[in-house]
Amino acid sequence: MRRERNNIFAGIDWLLVLIFIVLVSFGWFNIYSASKTEEDLELLSFSTEYGKQLIFIFLTIPLIITILFFNSEFYEKFSGIFYIVSLATLAGLFLFGKTINGATSWYSFGVLGLQPSEFVKAFTALAVAKLISDRQYSFKLVKNQIKAFVVVFIPAFLITLQPDVGSALIYLSFFLVFHREGLTLNYIISGVLVIVLFILTILFGVSWVLFGFFILISILSAYAIYRGGKRFLRFNWYKIIALYVVVAILIIGSGYAYTTVFKQHHRDRFEILLGLKKDNQGIGYNSYQSELTISSGGFNGKGFLKGDLTQGDFVPEQHTDYIFSVIGEEWGFVGSSFVIILFMILLYRIVYLAETHTNKFGRIYGYSLASILFFHVIVNVGMVIGLLPTVGIPLPFFSYGGSSLWGFTILLFIFVRLDAHKNHDL
Amino acid sequence: MQKSFLLYFLITLVGVVFIGRLFQLQIIRGEKYDPIHNAAVKTEYDYPERGYIYDRNGVLLVANQISYDVMMQPNQVVALDTLEFCKLLKITKKDFLRRYQKADAFASYLPSVFLKQLAKEDFAFLQEKLHKYRGFFIQKRIIREYPINAAANVLGYIGEVNEQLAKTNSYYQAGELIGKDGIEKQYEDFLRGRKGKKYFNRNNFNKVTGSFKNGDKDTLAKNGKDLKLTLDIQLQEYAQKLMKGKRGGIVAIEPSTGEILALVTAPSYDPNMLVGRKRSKNSVILMDPENLAKPTYDRGLKASYPPGSPFKMMNALIGLQEGVITQKTSFYCYHGYQYGGRASDFMGCHCGIYGQPIQLKTAIAKSCNSYFSNIYKRIIQKNNKPSEGLDAWSEHVKSFGLGNYLGYDLPQGSPGLIPTGKYYDDMYRYAWSASTNISNAIGQGEVQTTPIQLANFTAAIANKGFFYTPHILKEVNNTPIDFLDFTKKKQTTIDREHFTPVIEAMYEVFNTGTGRWSQVKGIEICGKTGTSENYAVVNGERIKLEDHSILVAFAPKDNPKIALAIFVENGGYGSAIAAPISSLLIEQYLNGKISEATKYRETNMMKISLQAEYDKLIPKKKVEIEEGTK
Repeated sequence: MRRERNNIFAGIDWLLVLIFIVLVSFGWFNIYSASKTEEDLELLSFSTEYGKQLIFIFLTIPLIITILFFNSEFYEKFSGIFYIVSLATLAGLFLFGKTINGATSWYSFGVLGLQPSEFVKAFTALAVAKLISDRQYSFKLVKNQIKAFVVVFIPAFLITLQPDVGSALIYLSFFLVFHREGLTLNYIISGVLVIVLFILTILFGVSWVLFGFFILISILSAYAIYRGGKRFLRFNWYKIIALYVVVAILIIGSGYAYTTVFKQHHRDRFEILLGLKKDNQGIGYNSYQSELTISSGGFNGKGFLKGDLTQGDFVPEQHTDYIFSVIGEEWGFVGSSFVIILFMILLYRIVYLAETHTNKFGRIYGYSLASILFFHVIVNVGMVIGLLPTVGIPLPFFSYGGSSLWGFTILLFIFVRLDAHKNHDL
Repeated sequence: MQKSFLLYFLITLVGVVFIGRLFQLQIIRGEKYDPIHNAAVKTEYDYPERGYIYDRNGVLLVANQISYDVMMQPNQVVALDTLEFCKLLKITKKDFLRRYQKADAFASYLPSVFLKQLAKEDFAFLQEKLHKYRGFFIQKRIIREYPINAAANVLGYIGEVNEQLAKTNSYYQAGELIGKDGIEKQYEDFLRGRKGKKYFNRNNFNKVTGSFKNGDKDTLAKNGKDLKLTLDIQLQEYAQKLMKGKRGGIVAIEPSTGEILALVTAPSYDPNMLVGRKRSKNSVILMDPENLAKPTYDRGLKASYPPGSPFKMMNALIGLQEGVITQKTSFYCYHGYQYGGRASDFMGCHCGIYGQPIQLKTAIAKSCNSYFSNIYKRIIQKNNKPSEGLDAWSEHVKSFGLGNYLGYDLPQGSPGLIPTGKYYDDMYRYAWSASTNISNAIGQGEVQTTPIQLANFTAAIANKGFFYTPHILKEVNNTPIDFLDFTKKKQTTIDREHFTPVIEAMYEVFNTGTGRWSQVKGIEICGKTGTSENYAVVNGERIKLEDHSILVAFAPKDNPKIALAIFVENGGYGSAIAAPISSLLIEQYLNGKISEATKYRETNMMKISLQAEYDKLIPKKKVEIEEGTK
């Protein structure tokens, strides 16, 4: 075992570090803009949100050093223990957690709170990497598939119970990892199909979608029979029937889930997004106000601290989930697309680096990191710019909140560590 | 690398979609985005002073006064001594609670009007005490003031902009003031000026945090323009006094310009009734549809009646123009005119010259029905088909501005009615002749005119063949108006020479004819009296009411300064009420005073009340008035 005691920074990818620094600093300026009050400037103070965030940001430095201090074998070896401990912290919430806004997601320590779900992502990624990187592991076996699903499902389930569906949703991102490691694409395709069927069902109602899809399947089958003749029918007739049945169940199930399982506020969010309902003052206020705020930024933006909708506190939760709207208003199209591009570069870089790993563990972890960040960006920015329904999850490195910042820092820098070690191996 | 394709692809796809959406929001939509309509920008209006209105001689008719509203912001109100407070405002405790709840229901964090338009003396007293009551304050408003109680129908009034208008017209906010009738409505754009706007930044709690863009976008208020009317308020007031106790309309025009000197409707109301705290109570009374006196209905502009005998001049002029008669043409009158085969086809006449040849001048002076029936018949029968004759006749009549809205600058009006050939073709399926509508000869048939149309017709006679569209606006901010509609001469279809005999005849009316009792020494008045029969159905019973009294006149004969038309509902013979009133108005306007010799006339006219006649109309049930059917 080799320890890089001499220089813990040896071999690390400075581009990732640079992007991290840019995102976190730019994020802080936007948090400052969104949360500043008329009182005196109080940096490094617990009495203001921007002050608290600055402290959290400074504290990432010892955190990063600590992460880099251990070598990659350490993370691989202890991944199982980390995973179990993190699950315990999630379970512990039901005993010691504090309920805020109806969700028991926090441990409370005086003025500070800790949200375990933000950290569990990193440790689940480690566990997944550990499981799949085993030489014997192959996604061809259903038994193995189930093992991987269970590892991901347990934390997601515990988080759903809090309930924090948004954070649990992120665990779907692991399917991208599984696919990379050999899981058939059918799972993802089915998932997308379910989502498409679900949205169509909400939009047009059960009977029309049912009718439409039956016709579609019939036409496709007729075409296949026409091309393949009797032979095709002889070997595939049960598949066609199964397709009819599955699609019917999915559509009817979507309709049923939507009307009975979903709560009214979920339905409202979908209906507003799909344009079935308009309520710019009530439930649709956040999305409407957020879109308006971004639009008002124009090409160049209004300038730092000069966004009147941001300064007038017109967007709720702006320093946390809606932080992207500050960028949109004060930095305009230039600033907001810059952030999107920055995230794209970050993701490309992680995927690129992951692919260079000879060690399966590092590659899988890198993929998990990229997929988790990717999902966060999609869900958060998609919501703020009005493309996806309202789901309250943070924008990585940007949104206000110590747990989220540290959670992503740990997630990222474990990879930086693994990646640096990869070079030493060569 | 193959296996990483999906993730690379998805990252790129999402990146492109997001940037595309940002482009749509910030570039495409951002273009149209006006920061002033932003929720973070609060607009405050600075209201300019509404323009003043003067009469033609510079007498102030409409001014502004300051009024004070008690305002309340419910969320700032603290416990108070309601009893004392109610006493201060002169309201009951129940009223207090009602007003409080109304304001609270509207918005507890916004100020709303608690008590409108305090009396001045109340304000002075209240101002000292009000600081004790938190959440209440006084707001200044500018409202109208009318120094002279006259011409309410001309001036109109202002009222609050309703929600509907505020939605369709971007200039106005609900609750602002706008002209609702008369001059106030017609010339709203001049009078209102332009309100100034100040923009402020505000936060989500409606708290102002500073001025928007350092006030770069703010605009200054521009005061309204002062208007000078063509109205002679002295004449107007005098006419209104003379019309006391009567119903009807008077319109006086200066023939050489078309300027309206007086526009009277009777009964009218004090314009100050629609200002101040009693406004809503008064407006209910004034606009009550059950009120047959209809004080807000401008009879001078809207009431359309059969014109009666003054219309004979029209037929004389058309007869001369069409060449069916000359000045020398004479007809006989046998106590009337037999226009059809049956005994009942007879139009009576009281000209008193029976069995002798009557010429044009005498016919007008004595108002001979037979004479004009003959002319009318010739006009209609000039062409092969009666409808062609009637169309030619109709064209002539319309060239005097009859049968349609005249185009004057007041928001009320009525087109009247001048029939065409088609009108009778449709009515009688082509089976008609001059006899069918012979009443048109004497202004009693289908013909309907309004007093302002008749006044304009008289002005055109005085001018010998042309007129200027009557108008009420003379100057805007001391600059005479140059609206083409009012400064362009309108020519009638009658040649100038044909007016001379008609004017001579009209002079004869006041010299020896029906108007001779209303002469004014030293003024040569030309005119024509008339009556218009009318009936009413009261409780299902058709009763004949006293005739409407009509008169048109202009003076002096050789250089006409004033042309007028008077219509007095149920005033009897034209010579009885309409003629004396017109002579008084002419004397007043031309001489500036009433001479001792005619003072008795003034006294008589002011005494006359037709209330008893009008009371016949007071319905036990439903009333229909049938005008002048024959």
